[in-house]
Amino acid sequence: MEHANPTFEFLGMTGNWSNILMLAVTSLIVFLIAFLSTRNLKMKPTGMQNFMEWIMDFVKGIIKSNFDWQTGGRFHVLGITFLMFIAVANVLGLPFSISYDGVLWWKSPTADPTVTMTLAVMVIILTHYYGIKMKGMKGYAVDTYLKPMPFLFPLKIIEEFANTLTLGLRLYGNIYAGEVLLGLIAGLATGYGALGFVGAIIPAMAWQGFSLFIGGIQAFIFVMLTMVYMSHKVSADH
Amino acid sequence: MSFDYLVLGAGGHDGLNTLDIFATLFFFILLMVLLKKVAWGPLMGIMTQREELIASEIAAAENSRQESQRLLEEQRDLLKEARTEALAIVENAKKQGDASREEIITTARTEAIRLKESAIREIDTEKERAIAAVREEVVSLSVLAASKVLEKEVSEEDNRALIEATIAKAGEVN
Repeated sequence: MEHANPTFEFLGMTGNWSNILMLAVTSLIVFLIAFLSTRNLKMKPTGMQNFMEWIMDFVKGIIKSNFDWQTGGRFHVLGITFLMFIAVANVLGLPFSISYDGVLWWKSPTADPTVTMTLAVMVIILTHYYGIKMKGMKGYAVDTYLKPMPFLFPLKIIEEFANTLTLGLRLYGNIYAGEVLLGLIAGLATGYGALGFVGAIIPAMAWQGFSLFIGGIQAFIFVMLTMVYMSHKVSADH
Repeated sequence: MSFDYLVLGAGGHDGLNTLDIFATLFFFILLMVLLKKVAWGPLMGIMTQREELIASEIAAAENSRQESQRLLEEQRDLLKEARTEALAIVENAKKQGDASREEIITTARTEAIRLKESAIREIDTEKERAIAAVREEVVSLSVLAASKVLEKEVSEEDNRALIEATIAKAGEVN
């Protein structure tokens, strides 16, 4: 049950083939879903176009609960891509995991802290970028670090790091924990004979269903928090 | 069964996987850019288009509703106008009919009176003329008779015969 990672070295940097593979698979699946369901767009939507439009409206709703649409509209694409990317990534590790020769290949890419923290840091950097872009350097500095009270400045600094960490690690923790428990149940199913297999069926199904739910919820939370942080930096009245 | 891999970051992480960071960024940004181009862009386009279509359809429906309302009002007014006009025409015709009947009756009456009067006048004239003619005749007869009497001194018998003859002659003459 000891899982190693297929790491490699390139230009003095470490990489994990498993992560790269799964990121590629996730991207491919998201791309295919979005691409195929937006072929042959119609004024009267049918089938998958309805689904995609529902996702767009869903993200639009998230954005509208934080900004006015005038400001928030530019984050629409980011939000939709995040939602679908993370949801698909979360779900990928659910049906099975593949390990070969003690090396784990197939899992959720979001069950790796490097991936989730990268996304989180990217979000936080984007919030700062848009804060500066839309308010100017001075407005950004004052609004972000000196409001509501100047003496809260140290807390504001900590908040930025805390936001980053919670955003990334919440996602990682949820998905990783889900996979660990699935791994344990799978171990029960395979390691203890027929009785173990029978005993594992119901917990496995229950946990997979729950993980599916968690995967969706976490994707929603990630997008929601992205927009909340973004609105804190961008909107004048926060 | 060991639980080593449950420890955070366990499972063969030897330090930071720097390449994973780049891989994540690369895949995510590539995905976002591609999808914006091939999926989200067109989808947003068609959604905006639909919104505009709906808005314009609503506006058009509102317009045509007002238009039909206006037309309805117009038709109603026209109908009312036509009805009053028809009533007026009928009223007028009735009045005119009454008037011309009165006139005809009056004319006929005056005409009748006039005819009657002229008839009476004519009768009177004729009567006068007849009387005058008779009188003239009588006078001439009398003169004739008188002249006959004066012409001849005759006996009473002759006289009588003469007068009778004269009268007989006068009867013949008349």
